[in-house]
Amino acid sequence: MKRKKTKQYRLSFPHMGNYHITFKTFFKALDLEIVIPPPISKQTIELGSRYSPESVCVPFKYNLGNYIQALDRGANLLLQAGGGCRYGYYGEAQKHILENLGYDFEFFKLRNKRNPINIIGDIHKINPKIPFYRVLKAFLLAYFKGRCIEKAEDFLRKNIGFEKKKGQLEKQFKFFLSKLDQAETFTQARQLTKKYLRIFENIPILKPKNLLRVGVVGEFYVVLEPFSNYNIEKFLASKGVEVHRFITLTGLLNHSIFNGIIPNHEVNQYLRHAKPFLKYHIGGHGTDSVGKANELAKKGFDGAIHIKPFGCIPEVNAMPALQNISKKYNFPIIYLSFDAQTSDTGMQTRLEAFYDMLTMKKNATKK
Amino acid sequence: MPQKNKQYYSLGVDIGSISTKAVVIDQNKKILARAYLWTQGDPIQAMKNVLKTVREQLQERPGRITWVGATGSARNLIGSILQAEIVKNEITAHAIGALTLYPKIRTVLEIGGQDSKIIIIDKGIVADYAMNTLCAAGTGSFLTSQSKRLEINIKDFGSLALKSKNPAKIAGRCTVFAESDLVHKAQMGYPKHDIIAGLCNAVVDNYLNNVGKGKKILAPIIFQGGVSKNIGVVKAFEKSLNSQIIVDKNGHLMGAFGIAVIAQEQGTKKLFDFSIQDVEFRTQGFECKGCPNNCEIICVLKNHKFLDGWNNRCEVGMAKAKEHFDK
Repeated sequence: MKRKKTKQYRLSFPHMGNYHITFKTFFKALDLEIVIPPPISKQTIELGSRYSPESVCVPFKYNLGNYIQALDRGANLLLQAGGGCRYGYYGEAQKHILENLGYDFEFFKLRNKRNPINIIGDIHKINPKIPFYRVLKAFLLAYFKGRCIEKAEDFLRKNIGFEKKKGQLEKQFKFFLSKLDQAETFTQARQLTKKYLRIFENIPILKPKNLLRVGVVGEFYVVLEPFSNYNIEKFLASKGVEVHRFITLTGLLNHSIFNGIIPNHEVNQYLRHAKPFLKYHIGGHGTDSVGKANELAKKGFDGAIHIKPFGCIPEVNAMPALQNISKKYNFPIIYLSFDAQTSDTGMQTRLEAFYDMLTMKKNATKK
Repeated sequence: MPQKNKQYYSLGVDIGSISTKAVVIDQNKKILARAYLWTQGDPIQAMKNVLKTVREQLQERPGRITWVGATGSARNLIGSILQAEIVKNEITAHAIGALTLYPKIRTVLEIGGQDSKIIIIDKGIVADYAMNTLCAAGTGSFLTSQSKRLEINIKDFGSLALKSKNPAKIAGRCTVFAESDLVHKAQMGYPKHDIIAGLCNAVVDNYLNNVGKGKKILAPIIFQGGVSKNIGVVKAFEKSLNSQIIVDKNGHLMGAFGIAVIAQEQGTKKLFDFSIQDVEFRTQGFECKGCPNNCEIICVLKNHKFLDGWNNRCEVGMAKAKEHFDK
């Protein structure tokens, strides 16, 4: 990237769950000012869908909304990643849309075929004056913080529905996040996570013997961003369901470590679990959804929820394979699509019915 | 004066987008009173109307209503107005309704005004279900609008369809396509009953390809919901599935019946007062403005006092709304 010396960069990136903490930690190494867009709200999605192509998948609209809100707060360098589906074209399209809106900014997109090494390399290019080892170190710390967040979130998902006094876990979790955001070193982050996991564990939990265990699989973004799936995990928790989820950002990075060295490494890893229901890769995260659902069914979970943005091709591809899993293991799966509408009634009706069904099933087998 | 053999009844109300249904059953699950009226976009008035009808039918009966259940898309609103103890989704209600009357059933097909669902039952419990997403093609309201276009009374729709020997082929995938297909066929000179039979087939094809996709449809099959009253669609289903289809004479009331059964089995007794008919209920939106989400909370007011609200993302909004209306 060529640029004038005098220009002061203010970097921004889209939200995804609580990962802004991770991103921030990483980009801090670049010695640039970082603008974190305001938390996703109705306004974000309204802005995003107003300027997006109508039929584009919904993460595009959220991302665009985040960008607009960040630009309005003074950001002038936007980051976007890419992947093996329409996501690979997000960056180009978003750049054009924002330019047409008259914003003055630079846009930086990572390669579609990612692995940790080229991510670090790409980011280093933004400010090559910074020594490489600093970017590397920041990446590692960011990765570690990502793991910490995921650990805590996992605990929350499995337990938040069963608190004796509602709201305690979430309150502590918010403290944890704000402190983790401040942590500067590995030791700090590790100790913090240890401390808060202990606090979480000491919060009284009352789990029934015959509890329902449900897995959430599906498209990366809508799984990770609670606003985009109408807080599906919270809703399930409020019904007293133990929610399991596997998709994480660091998991994605782990899978991609050998990308580029071993051809199709990432894909093959996913495919292994999806057999015999899939023979070939179906793009994006579809293969992984099938693999995870397969695992859930084998492990004797009560059911799975498959979520996707409306029109997500890889996940639409995954559905016939998922239906076969359903049939073979007698394993209920429901399918939900999300778009920019903000009413959650339809989703609640379907989830409630799903919950009733699982409960009836469980009670019947108990007898 | 307390009677010795006092009977207790259960009221189930199903407020759909198009029609509102109410059923009162006794402890033997026998239907004592029923009502079926159009919602006409005003669920509160529709609820009052069905209550009135039901009350008239109950006048001679000695028992009192002690359980109330609400279902359908306006279940939260009506549930809180009626102070119903059981407020449940229509999928569960339909399944329980069908299972109570026909315990051996394996598949429930249901087509209502705006939605359609399939419920697969295995050994008397719900094993799987699906509901149409996003699009109302092939539901009751589609048939109603097309019958208006052809100027046919919706009640004659089914019997007319049976007259056809060569049903016109009409694309059922999408309402817009179906409609242009229909116009095209009509202008080409197809007789009306062939077009109508084609529409019935289109509804069935759409249903089986959409909602029923990937589901194993096993006999005995029951078909319920408003569209089950349309004999043309029933016959089209029988032909397509190659199996006999049960249609209960109360098939259109099954959701209300189901929720009445659930209320009776799961709820605790609480006397229901019909005077609720005369109370004024009003709904009003309230914008929270507490954060950028700007939740628009829908509040229902009983005699100008805040009763309940929905659509908030956090507790702050609800407290604000309550304060706003109660002051």
